[in-house]
Amino acid sequence: MGVSELIIKAILVVVIFAISLVVAMYSTYAERKIAAFLQDRVGPNRAGPWGLLQPLADGGKMFMKEEIIPTRASGFLFIVGPALAIMTACIGSAVIPWGQKIVAGNTVIDLQVTDINVGILYIFGVVSLGVYGIMIGGWASNNKYSLLGAIRAASQNISYEISMGLSIIALLMVTGTLSLKEIAEQQHGWHWNVIYQPFGFLLFLVCAFAETNRSPFDLPECETELVGGYHTEYSSMKLGFYLFAEYINMFISSAVMATLYWGGYNYPGMDWVTAHVGPVIGPLIGTAVLFAKIFLFIFFFMWVRWTIPRFRYDQLMDLGWKALIPLAITNIVITGAWITIYDKFFK
Amino acid sequence: MEPLSNKRKVLEVKPLTLAERAYLPAILGGLKITIKHFFKKPVTIKYPEEKREFSENFRGMHSLKRDENGAERCTACGLCALSCPAEAITMTAAERQKGEENLYREEKYAAVYEINMLRCIFCGLCEEACPKEAIYLDGDIVPSDMLRKDFIYGKDKLVEAPLNQ
Repeated sequence: MGVSELIIKAILVVVIFAISLVVAMYSTYAERKIAAFLQDRVGPNRAGPWGLLQPLADGGKMFMKEEIIPTRASGFLFIVGPALAIMTACIGSAVIPWGQKIVAGNTVIDLQVTDINVGILYIFGVVSLGVYGIMIGGWASNNKYSLLGAIRAASQNISYEISMGLSIIALLMVTGTLSLKEIAEQQHGWHWNVIYQPFGFLLFLVCAFAETNRSPFDLPECETELVGGYHTEYSSMKLGFYLFAEYINMFISSAVMATLYWGGYNYPGMDWVTAHVGPVIGPLIGTAVLFAKIFLFIFFFMWVRWTIPRFRYDQLMDLGWKALIPLAITNIVITGAWITIYDKFFK
Repeated sequence: MEPLSNKRKVLEVKPLTLAERAYLPAILGGLKITIKHFFKKPVTIKYPEEKREFSENFRGMHSLKRDENGAERCTACGLCALSCPAEAITMTAAERQKGEENLYREEKYAAVYEINMLRCIFCGLCEEACPKEAIYLDGDIVPSDMLRKDFIYGKDKLVEAPLNQ
């Protein structure tokens, strides 16, 4: 790997990191605006034009607030918790292909930080690490409500990770690869995986809601039963990091869903467009398309949040273990049967 | 048990259909309802810029009225203070001097007239008690302030502006 390539990768890392932070920041604004519109209100509109500076004001307020560490809390772990949560949320973006290769003269810029051939496994590993942030935070607070919230979060994430993995297996049987880059390339044009795996996508979507702790599965932060959940004892920007990590997670999981099932940066007629606008602008349009899909998913996350009430905890576990896992296995069996029949008779 | 009326209904517990157990149709129904609201006009009134229209009988800040010649109507009879259940009104009466006929309508007038806006409950009994039609609660909302003493409104804030100025 040459020096120029290293520099390009470094720039890409910084850009993606910045984009995830900005998207997460403005997701909080979007969340409030969408909530307002769904409830016939206006939402934040005082800071700047249309309230666009609201996230900055919120962030400033978070930093200014007094930081309280409970006396009996485990000091080191108390600080590590939110750091771990936001770190694991951020590193997931490393394997997502953000666009096609940009060819400008002799330099080829690959819009993906690293194309490891176990991309999906990497994503799963990172997602399961995210539980540690919540678990450590809840444990270090030395508060029984926080601990209960953390235990809920851990058991919920582990339960739904199983069905998530199973729903992915059916997809992997169709694509035959674990590399996200290859999966994205296979969906060239309109051969999106959601056409071949609609049911698997549905299962994955439900699990993604549970994994990101979004409503209706936001049980780790049940105000009514658990005071505030795992972040009860947190204040100032440490609380901010936990909330922020949720929005970054939402962004990354939207990106994963768009890449795995909804064609990533592919769109119908992209070859024609690329041939007409050149090899630099073409891939960038693809990236814009990917971001449009991601924003649609984020909107969907919020739309659902302001529609559906929270699940009860036993209902959540019932759904995860008694419904989603059997359904995912059924999906695997049906997919396997279909692939076998297809290979035997139609090829 | 014998039913008392024929209105009694037998509660039926039907097993859930597959669609009901799958949740998703119900969730889609909910999503349809909320997205309709997304395109509705917000009902918010953006307060400092837009103001809500008050009803006809809204009771706002008090004002001490003048008569058609511009003289103060209040004769410091004290009936408003007497009728006030919150005891928010205090006043000191004074006698009208020669040459002040254009200022005060009657021989007696209120030299000091104070309403404690923190005590006032805007019941409107002072309005009703006044025999001279001198006090009305026809003003705006009482503005906010930082100090308690600033909420004791004297004649400078209560008396209506003079006629020709």
